[in-house]
Amino acid sequence: MMTEETAPAVTKATARVKRGLAEMLRGGVIMDVVTADQAKIAEDAGAVAVMALERVPADIRRDGGVARMSDPALIEGIQAAVSIPVMAKARIGHFVEAQILEALQVDYIDESEVLTPADEAHHIDKWRFPVPFVCGATNLGEALRRISEGAALIRSKGEAGTGNVVEAVRHLRSIVGDIRKITQADSAELHAWAKDLRAPYELVAEIAETGKLPVPLFCAGGIATPADAALVMQLGAEACFVGSGIFKSGDPAKRARAIVEATTHFQDASILAKVSRNLGVPMVGIEMDKVDVHLAERGW
Amino acid sequence: MTHLVIPGGESTTISLLLRSSELLEPVIDFAANGGALLGTCAGMIILASEILDGRPDQVALGAIDITVRRNGFGRQVNSFEADLRVDGVAGGPMTVAFIRAPVVTRVGPGVSVLASVTYEFQAGGAHEVPAVCRSDNVLVSSFHPEVTGDDRLHKLFLESF
Repeated sequence: MMTEETAPAVTKATARVKRGLAEMLRGGVIMDVVTADQAKIAEDAGAVAVMALERVPADIRRDGGVARMSDPALIEGIQAAVSIPVMAKARIGHFVEAQILEALQVDYIDESEVLTPADEAHHIDKWRFPVPFVCGATNLGEALRRISEGAALIRSKGEAGTGNVVEAVRHLRSIVGDIRKITQADSAELHAWAKDLRAPYELVAEIAETGKLPVPLFCAGGIATPADAALVMQLGAEACFVGSGIFKSGDPAKRARAIVEATTHFQDASILAKVSRNLGVPMVGIEMDKVDVHLAERGW
Repeated sequence: MTHLVIPGGESTTISLLLRSSELLEPVIDFAANGGALLGTCAGMIILASEILDGRPDQVALGAIDITVRRNGFGRQVNSFEADLRVDGVAGGPMTVAFIRAPVVTRVGPGVSVLASVTYEFQAGGAHEVPAVCRSDNVLVSSFHPEVTGDDRLHKLFLESF
């Protein structure tokens, strides 16, 4: 007879564990917060996670200058205030900011174009980190390059801090549309797709097989209303990041709650009508031809 | 309806949406009438009778008499995969994923433990904690069986409940 087997070994930081947390956030809203109080408002409203920042994108846009990783004390204050996952942003290519965020045990690192890039040729080698990464993308090729670098979650970029959903729609349609086309491609065409997208053939072939990205696809950048959230969900996003749209509006708690309900019930127009009522003043927003700095162009 | 699955996700969000969608009372009635329930990770938290480190307003349905500690294994860097033998699941250990998973800290009378996991906790060192529990009509796991694509726990649920 066999003796009692020894305790089974556990394995941390596998791709499945990293992508798994993103899977659990699907259908939810991740909210940008700059204080512990805002983080509590987000959690009270039903956010599935918060993004801890020093300034929301609208303020980064207004203030100008170099935008960097947040003060660790601010991130720790937010971690102490809520029990839901806490994400934080590192500059594109700034792997030491990522090392610091990992030491703080943030739940996800956003290698983000909202901050000023630290490297104009290289993104972070995300496979080296046990903490999972989310990265932005404006199109499918960019998404697949980030996944090949180890991103466990992709968000379409949109144009952060504008309160204007038009770029989010453009990027999401581009990604989802190309995925749809690839599922119709024959085997020779898949090689041409890989070349045109400047993406690894294996990832393109995987999309042809499964009809979706190898990691979850969320949407960010310009979502300001419950209707905006439901729009991107209907276009194929699996969850939303809402940045300036909540805490730059007149009644953040109420708007946050409404955007959570809209993201859950994104196909039910009667619920969307109900939660869209009397939300107060939305974030003002900017038209694209008035935007000075196009954050989405950062990264490649 | 005979079987209901409460899946993973964020338990505080699921709790809030259960209320706003007016699903809380029907689920309580379903459980009280002996309906079969499977709860994984956040689902386990929702079905438990007591929640530690939760929000005071979050739902603990009390469908199964256990106490759970939210995020008891720690933050995401402490999430892990493990191979576990589960009583009633044939064909060798299941490979499963624990993601910011709850820890079962108390098992009440009438609840049996079908699988356990030994984990090196950041505070307190290595010890064994329950990973799958069952009562007459409720099956719960602190892990996500679906993240690793093993459907044997779901089969157990459908065939034995």
